[in-house]
Amino acid sequence: MKGEVNPETDFHFPATPLDAIDARIAEQLLSEALASGGEHADLYFEYRSSCDFAFEEGRVRSVGRAIVLGLGVRVVRGVASGYAYTEELSEARMLEAARTAGQIASHGGSPAPVALAAKSLPSFYPVRELSLSRSGEEKVALLRRVDAAARAYDPRIVRVEAGYAEGWSDVLVVSSDGTMARDRQPMVRLGVNAMAEDQGKRQSGRSGTAKRRGLDLFAEPGSTPEDHGREAARLAIAMLHAQEAPAGPMEVVLAAGESGILLHEAVGHGLEADFNRKQTSNYSGQMGKQVASSLCTVVDDATITGARGSINVDDEGSPGGRNVLIENGILVGYMQDRISARHFGTKPTGNGRRESFRQPPMPRMTNTLLLAGNDDPQDIIGSVARGVYAKRFSGGQVNISNGDFVFSLTESYLIEDGKLTAPLRGVNLIGNGPEVLRNVTMVGHDFLLSDGTWTCGKDGQSVPVGIGTPTVKIAQITVGGTKAA
Amino acid sequence: MSCDQDKRTAANAKVCQELAEQMLSFAKRAGADGAEVLVRDGAELEVKIRMGETELIKEAGSRGLGLRVLKEDRAAVTYTSDFEPQAMRSFAEESVALCGLAEPEPLAALPDREEMARAIPELDLWDESVLSIDVADAMRWTQAGEKAALKFDPRVTNSEGATFGRGVGAVAFATSAGFSAAYRGSNVSFVVEPVCDDSEGKKRNGHHYTSNRFVAGLQPAEEVGIEAARRTVAKLGSRKVATCQVPAVFSPEAGRSLLGQFAGVISGGAVWRKSSYLAEREGTLVASPLVSIVDDPLLPRAPGSRPFDSEGLAVRPNVVVSEGILRTFLCDVYSARKLGRKSTASAGRGLGGGPHVTTSNFILRPGKSSAKEASNVAQGLYVTQLMGFGFNPVTGDFSQGAAGFWIENGEHAFPVSEVTISVNFDDLWKGVDAVADDLDTRSSVQCPTFRVARVTVAGT
Repeated sequence: MKGEVNPETDFHFPATPLDAIDARIAEQLLSEALASGGEHADLYFEYRSSCDFAFEEGRVRSVGRAIVLGLGVRVVRGVASGYAYTEELSEARMLEAARTAGQIASHGGSPAPVALAAKSLPSFYPVRELSLSRSGEEKVALLRRVDAAARAYDPRIVRVEAGYAEGWSDVLVVSSDGTMARDRQPMVRLGVNAMAEDQGKRQSGRSGTAKRRGLDLFAEPGSTPEDHGREAARLAIAMLHAQEAPAGPMEVVLAAGESGILLHEAVGHGLEADFNRKQTSNYSGQMGKQVASSLCTVVDDATITGARGSINVDDEGSPGGRNVLIENGILVGYMQDRISARHFGTKPTGNGRRESFRQPPMPRMTNTLLLAGNDDPQDIIGSVARGVYAKRFSGGQVNISNGDFVFSLTESYLIEDGKLTAPLRGVNLIGNGPEVLRNVTMVGHDFLLSDGTWTCGKDGQSVPVGIGTPTVKIAQITVGGTKAA
Repeated sequence: MSCDQDKRTAANAKVCQELAEQMLSFAKRAGADGAEVLVRDGAELEVKIRMGETELIKEAGSRGLGLRVLKEDRAAVTYTSDFEPQAMRSFAEESVALCGLAEPEPLAALPDREEMARAIPELDLWDESVLSIDVADAMRWTQAGEKAALKFDPRVTNSEGATFGRGVGAVAFATSAGFSAAYRGSNVSFVVEPVCDDSEGKKRNGHHYTSNRFVAGLQPAEEVGIEAARRTVAKLGSRKVATCQVPAVFSPEAGRSLLGQFAGVISGGAVWRKSSYLAEREGTLVASPLVSIVDDPLLPRAPGSRPFDSEGLAVRPNVVVSEGILRTFLCDVYSARKLGRKSTASAGRGLGGGPHVTTSNFILRPGKSSAKEASNVAQGLYVTQLMGFGFNPVTGDFSQGAAGFWIENGEHAFPVSEVTISVNFDDLWKGVDAVADDLDTRSSVQCPTFRVARVTVAGT
C-alpha cells in the first residue's frame, strides 16, 4: 500500500510503520486470533503523530511532540470480546497479542479464512497538506495573532492563554470478514482562554475550533485566529457583570450551534445500540414510537466535510455514514457497532469507534445534529415573555438509564418580553431527554454546525465529535440558578 | 489465560530506571541543558460480565517514556514508546531541536539538586499477590458480585455488569540534576452496576465499588453486589422537588466531587494565573472552622501515595486548610517560582505532558458527629450524586445536577432526581455546619459525609 495517493488531492501521506503491514501478515494474525474458536476477529493498527504549542504571557511556553504506535486485537464470540494490544509491531509481539485476545474462546470451530481485500473509502476530510509538515513558526504566528486580538479587544483583558495542537492518525483496520481499510485522519485545534478583570471582578471566556483540516482552516472567515481571540475576550467581558440566574422551570431558547450538546446528551447517548441491546437505556424498546416533538429530526452524520466528528471508516472497518435516528419525532434508528448490529439483526452503521488501539470499539456518535425547521429565530425569542436564552456551553452529561441530563451554560441571557436583557452567571440546565424533546415547540431555519472542540467521553474512552442545531424553543426545562423565584 | 510479556517485564522498576537513565544520557549528549525523564511500565487485566455472560476480557502491558528537555531556557515535552537504542537517541535529538520553537522562560528551569529527595520512603504500595490474580479468579469475583445483586431484590431486573480490574505499574524518574529513583504500585478494583425498571419506561441504575492497592483490602464480592443493589432499589420512584433553599447533606461520594473541585482552586497553577476565586485569599477564612483539609502523599497503602513528586522533590503532608483558614496553595516548582516561594512538592505529570500541580491523597478531615447526626435536619436534600461541569473556578459559581433523597426530620423520605444545586463555592465551604466521622478511603480524594447550611435546589 506504499505510496498511496489520495485521489481528490493528489497528496502523498508520509510513510509510517503501517506501510510494512501487508495482507499476508494480517491473515496470519487473524488465523492466530481465531485459533481457539472465536467467531470474528479484527486488528486495529494505529500510528499517531501529534504536536502542540502552549502560549501564555505573550510567549511560547512549551512545545510538545508525541508519536504513538500500536496494534489492538479483538476476538469476538457472541457478545464476549477478548482484547489485547501491543506497542511493538514485531511479529512475535503481534502474534502474542492475537493469541491473548483469542483465548476468550476455548472451544468450537473457527470460520474458514477469508481472503482480505483492500476497501476503497470515501474522502470526507481531504487535505491538501498535513499541517505537521508546515514550519513551527507558522503555528507560533497563529498563536501570536490570537493573543494580540484578544488583548486588543478591551483593555480589561488581563491574561490570555492560547494553545495549538495538530496531529494525524494513520489507521489500518483488518477484519476476519475480509475487510482491509486504511484511513488517514487529520486534526487541527486552536483554543484560547481570555481573562477580564474590572473593579475587582474577574471572568474568563473561551473560544476555539477543531476540525479535520489543514492550516488553511485558519484563513477562513469566522475561523481566523483573530475571530477566536476576539470571541474569548468578548465572552469574558460580557460575563463580567452577569447577574444571578433564576431557579426553577422556565421557557428556554437554545441558540443555534453549540446548543447541539442538548441532542448529544438528551438523545444521542440513549440511542447508542449497546445500551438498547442491554435494555439499560430509557429508549429501549421504543423503536417506531414517538419519542420527541414532531418538529424534531435528529441525524448522526459522519459525512460532513472536514468536521471534527467525521470518519471515512469506523474503527471496525464499516464505512462512516449519515444515519437518521429520529424522524419527525419517531425513533427510527440506533447507532450500531458490529456486536449490537448482530444482536438486532441489522447492519453496522459505522458508529463503532474507539479512543486508541488500547481499547475495544463500542457504539459512539460522530456529528449529531438536529435538522432545521421553519421558524424565524427572532420570532422564537420574541415569543418568550420570561425565560433564558442559552448561547454557549462548557459541556453536558447524561444518565443513560433514566434519561436525566445536564448541560452547563457559560453564556446566557434573561429573556424579558421577547427581548434579551441581562447576562446571567454560569448556570446549569437539567432535564429528562424524552420529556425535553417532547417540549420542543419551535425549531428555527438557521441550522448551525458548531466548530467547537467537542470531545465525548464514555466508559473512559474519549473521541472527537461534532454537534449542531438551529435555534430551538423548549417550553419548559429546569434552570439551576441561585435566585429562587 | 496468561500473557508472557506481562510476566517478563510487568512493573519492573529496575528496567524502567535503566531506560530513564539511558534516555537522560542521550538527551545530555544531544545538547540539553536540563532533562527530566519519566518512564512508566504497566500491565492490566480487566474482566467484565453482564447477566452472567462474559462481555470483555482485556489483558495487556504498556510502556512509555515522557521527556522534558530544556535548552537555553526553552522547553519541549515529548513522548515515545519506542525503546530501541537508535530510536531513543534520535528521539532525544529531535526533542532538543524542538526547544528552538519555544521561547525563553528562565523560571521553567529544573529544581536545584539540593531540593531533590535524598531518601525514598517505603510506602507499602505493592502487593505481589495482585499479579497472581488470573482470568478465572476475576471471573469468580464478577459472577459472585452480580449474582448477589440480582438475588438481593426481585426489583433488580437488569445489570450493566460487574467488572474486576487489576493493574500493576512501575514509575521511574531521572533528572539531569542527579535524581534517579523508581517505585512500583499495584491496584485492584471491583464494581457492580445493577439496573431496576421504574415507571414510565425509566430505568434506575446504581453502583457500588471497592478498590485497594492490596487484594486483602477489597470488600468481598457479595457485599459489593448487595450494597450496589440496595443503592439502586432505593432510587425507585425518584422525583423532582419544588424549588427551594434548604440544607444539603453530601454523601462521601458526592462530597468527593466537591472536594476534587476545591483542589483545583487551591492549585498554584490556577492561583498565579488568577483563575481561582481564592487567588488572593491565602491566610484568610475560606471555609467553616469545621473544615480541615490535608494533602498527604505519605500514607502507607493509600491510593494517592507517592514517595517523591514528579520533579523529584521529597514529599510531605501539606495542611491546605486548617479550621477554615487557607494555609497554603499546592505548588509545583514553576507555580511556586511564579508566586515567589518554594514548591510544596505537589508536582504530578503524565507521559505526554510537563509537570503540573496534582494532589496525592487529598483529605477532608473527618469530624466527630455520626453520618446520621449530620443528616439530622428538619428538611433538606441528601445528595448522593452530582452531574455536569457547572463550576466556574474564577468566580466560584457552582451549579450542578443532583440526585439523592429528600430528608424529613432526619429521615430519608423519598428519592430525588433531576434537580440542580446552586451555590457560590465560597458560601458552600463557609456554610459547612457538620462534618461526620465516616471518611471514605477508597480513592485518592477522600471525604466524609458533610452538611452545608443552605443551597438553592431548583426543581419544579
